[in-house]
Amino acid sequence: MRLTKDLVAAAATPLVLAILAKGESYGYAILKQVNELSGGELDWTEGMLYPLLHRLERLGHVASVWRETDGARRRRYYLITDQGRAELAEQRRQWTTVMDTLKGAWHTTTHPLLEA
Amino acid sequence: MTDDVVEGQIAQWRAFVQRRRELQQPDADELEDHLRSTIAELIEAGLRPDEAFLVAVKRMGGLDELSREFAREHSDRLWKQLVLAGDTGRSKSGWLGWLPMVVCAGIAAIAVKVPSLFGVDFDDDFWTRNFALFGLIPLAAFFAWTRRMKPLGIGVLVLLFTLGAVGANVFAQDARGTEDFSVEGLTAVHLPLALWLVVGFAYVGGEWLSAQRRMDFIRFTGEAFIYFVLIGLGGGVLTGITYATFQAIGVDVDPFVTKWLVPCGMVAAVVVAGWLVEAKQSVVENMAPVLTRLFTPLFTVVLIALVVAFTISKGGIDVTRDVLILFNVVLIVVLGLILYSISARDPMAKPGIFDRLQLALVISALVIDVLVLIAVYGRTGDAFGYTPNRVAALGLNVILFANLAWSAVLLGGFLGGKSPFRRLERWQTDYLLVYAGWAWIVVFAFPPIFGYA
Repeated sequence: MRLTKDLVAAAATPLVLAILAKGESYGYAILKQVNELSGGELDWTEGMLYPLLHRLERLGHVASVWRETDGARRRRYYLITDQGRAELAEQRRQWTTVMDTLKGAWHTTTHPLLEA
Repeated sequence: MTDDVVEGQIAQWRAFVQRRRELQQPDADELEDHLRSTIAELIEAGLRPDEAFLVAVKRMGGLDELSREFAREHSDRLWKQLVLAGDTGRSKSGWLGWLPMVVCAGIAAIAVKVPSLFGVDFDDDFWTRNFALFGLIPLAAFFAWTRRMKPLGIGVLVLLFTLGAVGANVFAQDARGTEDFSVEGLTAVHLPLALWLVVGFAYVGGEWLSAQRRMDFIRFTGEAFIYFVLIGLGGGVLTGITYATFQAIGVDVDPFVTKWLVPCGMVAAVVVAGWLVEAKQSVVENMAPVLTRLFTPLFTVVLIALVVAFTISKGGIDVTRDVLILFNVVLIVVLGLILYSISARDPMAKPGIFDRLQLALVISALVIDVLVLIAVYGRTGDAFGYTPNRVAALGLNVILFANLAWSAVLLGGFLGGKSPFRRLERWQTDYLLVYAGWAWIVVFAFPPIFGYA
């Protein structure tokens, strides 16, 4: 199954915020986790993830720190801010509303293809 | 975990990433970390390191796409910013990089006030002759300082500026002409040019034999001029606001503006403009070649129209002094257009439509110039004969004409595939010495020849 681009983009922010709400993480690990959580259905690209993280940082939803990893290398970790948590709660309310509405709508209408 | 070959490949990949303007150092670090994580995971899954590298790069996707995504978030990066506050990670960071500029601009601003201690007002004739010295010596000093010139080169600079001062104040003053545009006026026009080329000597750090460094100086001249004009516009706004606001509260700022703000600001702006060109060299696109591209077609059309109009009307040119000067200006503009398109052109590129256009521009300028020269020739028999102004204008005309004529030949040869583009470039950079020679002749030889007669 292929998700439309708009849907992937719309779900990206709450998903990243939800992952970071569980603890700080870095780009590669976030990407892996998204992949696992979606059972491989959500395939994000780096070109989507990193600019998104940078945007969330600019908006103040997340903060980033560079930490040393095995010797000379450094890795950029992202952590959620209080403002990010508030944003996540708000997004969650919105998504719940959308999902409830859709469920209700699908329950009452019968679609010939879905009946089988 | 990874072997040397893969390390090399990663370094190469990173170099590609860093070439993208949209991706900056921290992004490169972040993406490299990502790439390494992917490689590590793939090696763990059983791939050989080099295979893992290939797969990891492939997974990351094309850099074009990646940069496009980054550009959407960081669109500001596409606007190259001139960070004045000292780029981090550069060798000359912080205020040390500013020091020569601040000192030289400060000296310029102070020096310009020194003559008034001796009662020389800014409307005095002294300034007509000397303003170039006050503006350009600090700029030359700035370059001598930043280029770490050797004592010999500094000696040459001091000597040339002293000569300029002597020419302006001893020769020209002794030889005040009777004409309205006197020898003194000629010095006022030619001394800045002569001294500007001395600044060029400082700019190239004394390596005036190098054609490449001379070309750099031509580039610098165009950019510095544009910056100076821009700073001047800003200064105009500042002056206007100062006047208007203080007038509104009933304070007369006229003495401050005319005696301090304008003169000090102007000479300091010369140094600041020169410094800005240096500071932003690799940051902002050169503007002079862009303007050249824009105006070459327009000037070509105007000049061709002029030639056509001249042939149809059959009327002679009313040769006054102004006309002679006017046509010198036309030649200078055409020359500037050639110079600045050369400065930005890839010498190895094949001849294109723009080069053809340029040839048309040069030829039409030459045709107009010949028409003017014929008309001037018919006029030299009048009562005034060869006045200093006429000789200066004619001399400049001959110099510019020779340059453009040979440029036309070289351009034609280049379009015909007979001569390489480098020859045209070389011709123009060598010709700088001719301008320098002529400017110094006007400053030094004209007063004795015409003034003492």
